[in-house]
Amino acid sequence: MLIRTKPDLTENDVTPPALYRQRRRFIQSGFALAAGALVPGLDAAAATLEVKKFVGLGTSRYSTDEEMTDIEAITNYNNFYEFGLDKDSPAKLAQEMKTRPWQIVVDGECTKPMTLDIEDVLADFAMEERIYRLRCVEAWSMVVPWVGFPLSALLKKVEPTMNAKYVEFHTLHDPDQMPGQRRGLFGYVLDWPYTEGLRIDEAMNPLTILSTGLYGEVLPNQNGAPIRLVVPWKYGFKSIKSIVTIKLVEKQPVNTWQQQAPNEYGFYANVNPQVDHPRWSQARERRIGEMLRRDTLPFNGYAEQVASLYNGMDPKQLY
Amino acid sequence: MVLPGTNIDLFGEIRIRTIKSLLFVLLCLPAAWMLFELLAGRLVEPVEELTHGSGEWALRILLATLAITPLRKLTGWHKLIRLRRMLGLFAFAYMVMHFSVYLVLDQYFYWPEIVADLTERTYIIAGFTCLVLCLPLAATSTDGMMRRLGGRNWKRLHRLVYPAAIAAVLHFIWLVKADLVEPAIYGAILVLLLGWRVRESGQRRTHKPKTRSTPIMGQG
Ligand code: HEM
Repeated sequence: MLIRTKPDLTENDVTPPALYRQRRRFIQSGFALAAGALVPGLDAAAATLEVKKFVGLGTSRYSTDEEMTDIEAITNYNNFYEFGLDKDSPAKLAQEMKTRPWQIVVDGECTKPMTLDIEDVLADFAMEERIYRLRCVEAWSMVVPWVGFPLSALLKKVEPTMNAKYVEFHTLHDPDQMPGQRRGLFGYVLDWPYTEGLRIDEAMNPLTILSTGLYGEVLPNQNGAPIRLVVPWKYGFKSIKSIVTIKLVEKQPVNTWQQQAPNEYGFYANVNPQVDHPRWSQARERRIGEMLRRDTLPFNGYAEQVASLYNGMDPKQLY
Repeated sequence: MVLPGTNIDLFGEIRIRTIKSLLFVLLCLPAAWMLFELLAGRLVEPVEELTHGSGEWALRILLATLAITPLRKLTGWHKLIRLRRMLGLFAFAYMVMHFSVYLVLDQYFYWPEIVADLTERTYIIAGFTCLVLCLPLAATSTDGMMRRLGGRNWKRLHRLVYPAAIAAVLHFIWLVKADLVEPAIYGAILVLLLGWRVRESGQRRTHKPKTRSTPIMGQG
């Protein structure tokens, strides 16, 4: 029997190495904080830096037992264009992003639209650990121990109507906090806010989760705090970060990368070693931390769970 | 200061030699830094970082090579020409490093993919074109080869550096996913450098007949 204790956020009592480093950095900036004690408002900012760890996490039969990618790599090698184009810039530039208060509007084709506070999400949904492979469209991959809950649990709450054929997601749009969203020399890098979408059956699939943490701890900002999507059989860009809206819609949404380069990125973006990106092969991938490439698996190794969703569709349409 | 009894400009000589030595050290630094970071385990994705680092330095140094002649003309300091061969060879060395990272670390001699890359992917074709065009230039960079070819032929051959640089910039433009700013900056610099040459040769062509015809007419 699977015993699920209700997960709870508590102050962390044992400090794992990564957090230890984070704290040390925190202490290094202690001078500024001491000064901040005189300035109201700064303590509040300091409070949000508090280290939080999930306890009583459920496990999942969907987890892989492959070796997990080093947390240093997961938190320093990110594609999060809201915080710059280099892989290491989100880790540097996302630290200032305010993730409290944070609200997620869930509406559209449903009978009970609602606005959820992130604290309520953390309290109301049973969090479990899901160790998933993550395959980026750029042909690298990781194994990430996410913390999260099935998206279906949230969608059921708002009671989608018969017209809800797709789900559309948006990332926060706030150029003040997200330097990558500001106008550059040639205009905007992408058409903000970052938009993604899933077909409703993809969204309801048990593999699809909303993640609020990784390695048992609250999601670092550069990984899409406070809440992000994880769809492990699709290329990483589908797993939208820092979500503020979830909308049930009738028409297929145009996701950001599809809009940016329709001949290179589609709506489905299912991992498929046989369909190359126009500029590089998708047949193999490099697992971060390993030197030599390995073969990429159809649906990123999740074919058993999801291949049936696409029966009768031309796989070439599913890039 | 010109040495008595010679036409050796001593200070100029010291200056250019110092600059050349410093430049040599400077141009080694990016490779040394990448090697250090690699060995220290500071690269999360070594293959990508080495590819990008070596590629960008190859392009930067290639453009610097092309900047020597305009700089020489603009400053009138002709000794600058003595930096050009070294710059060109460094650009080539970084290209070789870049290609080696691709061949060994990235693809690990996996020929099916390499062949597909070299035949189907425009940005790789452009990069490869640059490398291939630079091969004969590196091979004929010695004084001996220069003499053997003769100045004119050598000069003609080395004009291949222009299409090579164009190919390198195209390689960069075609590989970026969303943000064209960086390749566009390199592209703009290349356009400036090539534009300057076009203008120069245009001026030379329009001036030549006059300057030459005057004395001839005077003699006649
Ligand atoms: C056969 C020859 C070449 C191959 C196979 C090759 C391959 C590559 C690859 C795989 C990348 C990374 C693409 C990506 O990240 O998506 C790259 C980037 C790059 N390459 Fe090359 N390349 C070649 C020649 C050259 C040459 C000759 C130059 C310059 C003179 C050059 C300059 C660059 C630059 C500037 C970048 C971008 C670096 C960045 O994004 O920061 N490449 N090349």
